Amino acid sequence: MKVTGFWAFLCMIALVLGLGLASPLRAQPAGSQPNPTADSVNEDSLFKQESKIDGRVTIPDQRSANLIQPQGREWRDFHERWLPWIAGTAILGMLILLCLFYMIRGRVRSDFSDSGGKILRFNFLERFTHWMVATCFVILALSGLNYFFGKRLLMPLMGPAAFGEFSQWAKYSHNFFAWPFTLGVLMMVVLWLRDNIPTQVDWAWLKGGGGIIGHRHVSAGRFNAGQKIVFWGVTLGGLAMFLSGLSLIFPFTLFGVNGMQLVNVTHGLIGGLFIAGILAHIYIGTLGMEGAFEAMGTGTVDIAWARQHHDLWVEGETNPAMVDDRKLPPGSTRPRVTRRSPS
Amino acid sequence: MARMKFLCDADRCIECNACVTACKNENDVPWGINRRRVVTINDGKLGERSVSMACMHCTDAPCAAVCPVNCFYTTADAVVLHSKDLCIGCGYCFYACPFGAPQYPKVGNFGSRGKMDKCTYCAGGPEVDLSVVEFEKYGSNRLAEGKLPLCAEMCSTKALLAGDSDMIAAIYKERVLKRGYGSGAWGWRTAYRETITT
Repeated sequence: MKVTGFWAFLCMIALVLGLGLASPLRAQPAGSQPNPTADSVNEDSLFKQESKIDGRVTIPDQRSANLIQPQGREWRDFHERWLPWIAGTAILGMLILLCLFYMIRGRVRSDFSDSGGKILRFNFLERFTHWMVATCFVILALSGLNYFFGKRLLMPLMGPAAFGEFSQWAKYSHNFFAWPFTLGVLMMVVLWLRDNIPTQVDWAWLKGGGGIIGHRHVSAGRFNAGQKIVFWGVTLGGLAMFLSGLSLIFPFTLFGVNGMQLVNVTHGLIGGLFIAGILAHIYIGTLGMEGAFEAMGTGTVDIAWARQHHDLWVEGETNPAMVDDRKLPPGSTRPRVTRRSPS
Repeated sequence: MARMKFLCDADRCIECNACVTACKNENDVPWGINRRRVVTINDGKLGERSVSMACMHCTDAPCAAVCPVNCFYTTADAVVLHSKDLCIGCGYCFYACPFGAPQYPKVGNFGSRGKMDKCTYCAGGPEVDLSVVEFEKYGSNRLAEGKLPLCAEMCSTKALLAGDSDMIAAIYKERVLKRGYGSGAWGWRTAYRETITT
């Protein structure tokens, strides 16, 4: 009897406690089903507040705590629709422009009649740096374009297996040639920065069409305004490619998935425009201008050519009054110029 | 042919992670790779829900669209699979995937992520069905044996459903009608541009 009474008492306590706890939380109108979804999270309402859905996971990979990120579709849209068109138009457009320019203007000729021998324009270190960057750039450009043009252009020709293998090696080269490229760009900054500060002469050069448009020669220092534009383009473009590429090579160290998408967009866009720009540089350095290739090929140029295209530089190089008496670096015949940027 | 899909009934999922364990065990998934995971939303708050998520085998799959070597293909059952022989480990599929499904054995290792790995809907890969090499590269091929993915098959509350789209949608609708509530088919609108209306 006593035991039964004890149990009845326990049951009563449990009931009271249970009701007391449950009633304030789940006060339901009599006769209706409880609806736990009423205050539960759901996809539609979450997407109204946030652009993606994040939660908590119990596995170490915290990136997987993101449940849905619809931004992937936007990135896909950019990468598959916009990027091939933008990069393709820039590169093909530049090629067409250069062809038209060649047909209309032809090669920029120089007058070698008063030739007075050769003058050193780029020493070995400068040429080495230039060609190191150039080699890396070509490999990086082709392996980079392969990421979105390869499957459209090469894959039908090579077949999936060979193209897969090729792309694997293209990816490795893209990752590894990025380093000597960056080193080379930094060396270029050290070597050529002082000759690439914009001056008044550059403004006159640009207004005169640089002697490329039209046929008269315009005054220029060691580098004319066009070359300075190439220098700054390569420096800033190279830096942007390096920084964005660095975060792509070490993914998710700095950014989340949406950040990585943006970095990839930046890398692709700047890369496409970079290639188009360098095409113009290649044109003017080889086919576009007579005598220009020698400067980076053998390092020396005809003094007549130099007088016509870089008169202020030759003046500084040959006039002893402008050369200080510091010792020349070994192996270099190019004297140091005290007056860097005549204006 | 069927249109295979996953559907996670978040009102039933108890975050026991058995689907995660089943998947890892069945497919011999290496360390660091999770083809399936359970994400808890509003953790510890009123209305908390857990969703088991893996590759949703999207219609017009974004991973397949962005792959630079076209290593993805869709089977007759609408399962999205890929070839590890072609994959170059560029990581683009992870940027494009709305569900974070693609996994890499070596993320962050100087850009050499290794071959991508993801949920195969327990349907193996391009190798010969049920061969040793298929198992080593892609894991189990239960579909070839006439079985559904193990994660859904051994879900203790039957929260995770796998099977033909119409069939699992019908089961889910019936549940919602009977119990009077449902928090919806998570991810369906993003993956298939349609959802289940009840």
